[in-house]
Amino acid sequence: MAAWLKRNFFSSPLSTALTVALVALAVWLGPRLVDWALVGAVFRTADPEDCRKATGACWAVIAEKHRVMLFGTYPYDQHWRGLVAVALIFAMMLASTVRAFWSWRLLLAWVAAMAAALALQFGGFLGLPHVPTTRWGGLPLTMLLFLGTVAGGVPLAIVLALGRRSDLPAIRMLSIGYIETIRGVPLVNVLFMASLMIPLFLPEGVNFDKLLRAQVGMILFFAAYAAEVVRGGLQAVPRGQYEAADSLGASTWDRTVRIVLPQALRIVIPPLVNDIIRAFKNTSLLLIIGLFDVLGGTMAALEDPNWSRFYAEAYLFVAAIYFVVCFSMSQYSQRLETSLARGRNF
Amino acid sequence: MTASDPIVRIDGVVKRFGAFEALKGVDLTIRRGERVVVCGPSGSGKSTLIRCINRLEEADGGRIVVDGIELGDDVRAIRAVRRRTAMVFQSFNLFPHLTVLENLTFAPVSVLGMPRAEAEARAMKYLELVHIAEHALAYPGRLSGGQQQRVAIARALAIEPEILLFDEPTSALDPEMIKEVLDVIVDLARQERTMIVVTHEMGFARAVADRVIFMDAGRIVEEGPPATFFANPRHERTRLFLSQILEH
Ligand SMILES: Nc1ncnc2c1ncn2[C@@H]1O[C@H](COP(=O)(O)OP(=O)(O)O)[C@@H](O)[C@H]1O
Ligand SMILES: [Mg+2]
Repeated sequence: MAAWLKRNFFSSPLSTALTVALVALAVWLGPRLVDWALVGAVFRTADPEDCRKATGACWAVIAEKHRVMLFGTYPYDQHWRGLVAVALIFAMMLASTVRAFWSWRLLLAWVAAMAAALALQFGGFLGLPHVPTTRWGGLPLTMLLFLGTVAGGVPLAIVLALGRRSDLPAIRMLSIGYIETIRGVPLVNVLFMASLMIPLFLPEGVNFDKLLRAQVGMILFFAAYAAEVVRGGLQAVPRGQYEAADSLGASTWDRTVRIVLPQALRIVIPPLVNDIIRAFKNTSLLLIIGLFDVLGGTMAALEDPNWSRFYAEAYLFVAAIYFVVCFSMSQYSQRLETSLARGRNF
Repeated sequence: MTASDPIVRIDGVVKRFGAFEALKGVDLTIRRGERVVVCGPSGSGKSTLIRCINRLEEADGGRIVVDGIELGDDVRAIRAVRRRTAMVFQSFNLFPHLTVLENLTFAPVSVLGMPRAEAEARAMKYLELVHIAEHALAYPGRLSGGQQQRVAIARALAIEPEILLFDEPTSALDPEMIKEVLDVIVDLARQERTMIVVTHEMGFARAVADRVIFMDAGRIVEEGPPATFFANPRHERTRLFLSQILEH
């Protein structure tokens, strides 16, 4: 025990100094944090005055405002539709972590779940009032845009990565030009261009939904980065694999789809999940073009002057949502990586 | 078709890598059913030559006709030649993400368009031939080098090619595994299949080759039936090579 302590915390003067400093910080900060977050905190009240008088955190702001934070500007009495949609999406994500379920049926289930979630949000059937996309918001919007970005972006990234390695100069130049251009521009810029400039190029009267434009912008941006990740995987597949497939008479298509891509994608799971996590966090930039995702919904909720001073608690809540989703994805990707390595031994 | 009808005709083939000439005008005709061993020092162009036969390398000059099909830019002709030839590589090149069985069914299903059940039956037949059927559901990474190379041979056989090409099939193997692989190749050779084997295993050449070819610096220097090739090599370079290789 003593040896272990010494090795890990007091192995050098610098390490000793750091240990002492960190312990001091913890001793100083710990009680204050507990005081603020628990002891002096107000957990439930409808009256912001109670919070103002309290010495600690005002978690009541979340109880009071969670509907707007989680569902944005979606009609209040229809929030259950968003809840069902989000529950459906999370259930599918959970089911997808089970290797035994991996088959084309899972893919079909995903398509069905996404269609159901979208239909619920749109409404206009079975007595569900129609809700225009301009009023969508909160977590359902975040999740739908995120999944749309991955579902559209990963295939596009694969196409771009293959294009970048194509033997045809025109296709190669197009892919490189696209990837480098998008990677040279901030996402905010791409989103602005998608929301403001695309309409300029469309014929008069063609109305291209703002949400759809944002979705297209997110996909285009994601694909440019993910394409480089996929390209790294393609480069890591040894020449011998191409030659073995060629020597058996395989077509370029079969060689690519059945031999090279499966190996390349397995290699790039960790960095690709990184990009996917980034895409999830990037959905928060939608508020810049006036879409109310979770973060946008929270900002809208804090516009209520009675509660606006308790922004820290509200943002901590949103941060927790983002963290739980991102951390789960990253944990899952690590588990997947080791289990793939164990099963296939390569 | 007679035993003397040529299945591979190579006329004046030249292959360059940049300014370097790896093949400097090679002529070679191989009869149907003939078993040819190609030897020669490292870098002499042996791999390049047999890789030209299935178009893994594109010749820069000369003509190559395989089973009546001339290799050119026509993609269909290239794929037709590749269906008639199969190659076993020094480094096995098995598909690591597929099981042994899937390694064998890949080409029959996606190249020959065979129903899966039929392809699997065929795969099992060839896995039994190379004595590895019990590992059909394993992934290649779990097998020893010798086992992997036998799977690679079975994979080549599964497209039922006219010509088998071997590029130093035992060079990457630990010594104790060479025999199990050579035994399989010898069995195949006894079945009068057309095979071209690049190898330094001179015992193998003596036992089964109809003809031994010696290459040096991008040319075929000498060729002949193993008896005369080993007993009376005509060229100084052949003698030198044989003395070096037979020493150990
Ligand atoms: N892809 C390549 N690029 C450049 N040089 C090559 C390439 N492949 C082979 N060579 C060269 O061509 C010569 C013949 O190679 P190879 O046919 O592999 O010889 P061998 O199989 O007889 O050892 C060698 O000098 C080698 O360095
Ligand atoms: Mg070689």
